[in-house]
Amino acid sequence: MLQAEGLAAFRGERLVLRDVAFSLAAGGALLLTGPNGSGKSTLLRLLAGLLRPAAGTLRWNGEDALADLPTHARRVGYVGHLDALKPGFTAAENLAFAARLSGGSVADALAGVGLEGLADLPGRMLSAGQRRRLALARLGLTRAPLWLLDEPTLGLDDRSVGRFGGLMEAHRAGGGLVVAATHLPLPLGRAAELSLG
Amino acid sequence: MTAFLAVVTRELRLSLRHSADTLAAVLFFLVVAALFPLAIGPAPETLGRVAPGIVWVCALLSALLPLDRLFGADFEDGSLDQLLLCGLPAAAVALAKALAHWLVTGIPLLITAAPLAIMLRLPDPALPWLLAGLLPGTMLLSLLGTASAAVVVGARRGSVLLPLLVLPLVTPVLIFGVAAADAASAGLSPRPDLLLLTALVAAALPLCPMAAGAGLRAAGE
Repeated sequence: MLQAEGLAAFRGERLVLRDVAFSLAAGGALLLTGPNGSGKSTLLRLLAGLLRPAAGTLRWNGEDALADLPTHARRVGYVGHLDALKPGFTAAENLAFAARLSGGSVADALAGVGLEGLADLPGRMLSAGQRRRLALARLGLTRAPLWLLDEPTLGLDDRSVGRFGGLMEAHRAGGGLVVAATHLPLPLGRAAELSLG
Repeated sequence: MTAFLAVVTRELRLSLRHSADTLAAVLFFLVVAALFPLAIGPAPETLGRVAPGIVWVCALLSALLPLDRLFGADFEDGSLDQLLLCGLPAAAVALAKALAHWLVTGIPLLITAAPLAIMLRLPDPALPWLLAGLLPGTMLLSLLGTASAAVVVGARRGSVLLPLLVLPLVTPVLIFGVAAADAASAGLSPRPDLLLLTALVAAALPLCPMAAGAGLRAAGE
């Protein structure tokens, strides 16, 4: 479903990725590992279409995935290392934009990460872990088949990690793909591993 | 279209939540324009002569105020990535931002300009033409401002760079806008100047979002 061949990317003047190749079938998961600065986040941004590869191709069902960026963007659910939350918005309002795009239900998405009781709390009142869970709740709203996760469980308690593991399993059971970069143990069964750097 | 409206709604809701930032531009406009009668004296003929210029320059500077945060805040908290991944071309995201900037800053400036011009003793026949010029004028400020803001997003000292980039670009807008009001005060036809302003809008409407989209893509990298 998703195939990468010979991907390379620059970060400024430095070549951080070269000859990255992998292939993921429907329901597959890929775990990116490697030391800091090995290009895990860069690869995720590249897969999201936010960064142009310096070389190589990315194919989605055999077609060039990055040829039409808006179409590729609809295939992608991206959680970067920043939470992309507005401190002035309540938890529910922070999800309103994603909900409007997908037509999903904000209440269900909040319940999926256990934040249903905090829907009306402003973003600035949330703890770091709660903010992370809110960022992950966005994934529950998109119907995007490809989840790109940058340290998704950073700051989460064990219960939330377990709950998020369930979300990822359900996503994969529906034929979705997960690509995650992490240093923490992630509840991701049957995942291929790609070691960078 | 849904995605475009979603971006505009999100922007409007954000400005509503940060209403102090929104009001700041209008208050800045009022306060700076009110300084001129104190500086150059209250003589009606002098004030009335320079009134269109004062209103235009102050409107231009006020419209600059919110530009710095237009993409800056979204860039810093990671929302810009989510906007670029909403399924719209980057140019459409920029156009939605420009529209929101115009609705939140341009329209209030346009409304405030009327009492301000009267306060500055602008001759009565020139007032409708000053406002008629400001209508495309504020649109151009939003479009050119959005393009410039997208170019400097993520740059170090971007907020210092921004006015240096926008102000030279808007000089034609200023020239034609003031010329329209001056022509009307002198009893001449303001039509050619207004037509030129409208032509500028027609050119900027596709070009500025495209430039801004390229800037946003570059910022994402």
